[in-house]
Amino acid sequence: MPQLFAMFAAYFAALNRDLLLVMRRKTEVLTALFFFVIVTTLLPLGIGPEPDLLRKIAPGAMWIAALLATLLGLQRLFAADHADGTLEQMALSPEPLSILVAGKITAHWLVCGLPLVLLAPVIGLQFDLPTDAIGILMLSLLIGTPLLSLIGAIGAALTLGARGSALLVSLLVLPLYVPTLIFGAGAVESYITGLGAAGHLSLLGALLVLAIAFSPWATTAALRISLE
Amino acid sequence: MQWQSLSDFLAMGGYGLYVWGSFGVCAVTMLAEPLLVRHRRRQALRDIQQSQDI
Amino acid sequence: MINWFKFSAPSTFYPLAGKLVPVFWLLAAIFGAIGLYIGFFVAPTDAQQGEGYRIIFIHVPASWMSMFIYCVMAFWSLLGLTFGTRLSGMMTTALAPTGALFAFLSLWTGALWGKPMWGTWWVWDARLTSELILFFLYLGYMALHAAIDDPRRADRAGAVLSLVGVVNVPIIYFSVKWWNTLHQGASVSLTKSASMASTMLWGMLIMALAFWAYTLAVALMRARAIMLEREANTEWVKHLPDIRRAA
Repeated sequence: MPQLFAMFAAYFAALNRDLLLVMRRKTEVLTALFFFVIVTTLLPLGIGPEPDLLRKIAPGAMWIAALLATLLGLQRLFAADHADGTLEQMALSPEPLSILVAGKITAHWLVCGLPLVLLAPVIGLQFDLPTDAIGILMLSLLIGTPLLSLIGAIGAALTLGARGSALLVSLLVLPLYVPTLIFGAGAVESYITGLGAAGHLSLLGALLVLAIAFSPWATTAALRISLE
Repeated sequence: MQWQSLSDFLAMGGYGLYVWGSFGVCAVTMLAEPLLVRHRRRQALRDIQQSQDI
Repeated sequence: MINWFKFSAPSTFYPLAGKLVPVFWLLAAIFGAIGLYIGFFVAPTDAQQGEGYRIIFIHVPASWMSMFIYCVMAFWSLLGLTFGTRLSGMMTTALAPTGALFAFLSLWTGALWGKPMWGTWWVWDARLTSELILFFLYLGYMALHAAIDDPRRADRAGAVLSLVGVVNVPIIYFSVKWWNTLHQGASVSLTKSASMASTMLWGMLIMALAFWAYTLAVALMRARAIMLEREANTEWVKHLPDIRRAA
């Protein structure tokens, strides 16, 4: 029992530390958020203002903007800790590294994922989405964005110390985002067409459970390789 | 045998461009790859040779 | 009992692979000749698709091989991560470009088949789309491997990536399939010709064997090149008979 408690303590310590670091440099949070807003604002300018068309592309457009916005924060997930040696200290600490990694991934989601969920209604209104569809969109983003952080962490850990890692992360991670994109945007779309979103959302949830079990472990393996 | 002549064979019943486009690219890439790999191995051998001579 | 780990040392694997390469080239040539003969001269003209369907004799085997090679890479990766053998990383790296080539050929021949049959070069069919994603996964593996300078570290990072990828490939396939049924407008059924003539099936199987032998031959050749590059300063490389001949 005390062991379990120590693990929780380590998890929250890692989470807390990363959040504190982000609070010191607020621009980083705002960059991802601002990027999300700008991309979704530019899309109608490129495609045209017809409300019917915009309503049709809204789920896909917002999901793609969310994918790209979470990519922005990924390289920073481990890079700074790798550069100043904190990561090696973490790897040597008595707590399992995967617990600390899970804390860092949670911090990434709180900083880069959750704000997108909260901002989604505003963007949804820009695209003339009906209110109930906006609710589904928020729900799909709420389940889907942690998935993006979890999958992305593997890519961030693998490219640590590689040449051109910023570009490399997107090449590795974006193909793996395909199922999340399909189920996330599909939930809203099938809700609008009257088919109901339950199927898509439950599949998204299943993927999230799978990623929670698998990703911190794979990320830790990748980090240990980078630290060799 | 369903081909009356060579030109009949090359025409592929009107699908010549598509059929030979597929098989042609397949043949070219599958010939090029081994040649490139052979060049790579010879280059490696030559590098080792040079480093030994010095 | 044979000591398999003995073969995993590059110094013993290098000459063994050298002996195997010509064997697999011969197999590839024989199977290729038989497969092409069946494909062009034995298989009858298709009632609906005319002669254009003959593309499947390379399209389907190339798709099979592209998926099979990815699974083999994942297998070598698992072996490499658990036992730490040097050979497994070299084999994974040696297979990746050939796998990418087959994924590319599958897409290319698919487009050339789709144009006359469906009237378009590309459809967002579940199989085509997942094949494209698979191609991206191959490119990602090669890019990651090339971006890490230390080859041992690159091998291990690549191994983790290919294992993550192999878990994802079926998920990607089913998600794209699910997506495809939702957007029924774009779906085109490939499985309509279920009553496939057995000669066609045989032709595809033999062509797949030819591609398999080709893959082994090229991958072993590439593995030999990689061994020379990485182990240039070791004793066994210095005493290779190949060195004298190359001069």
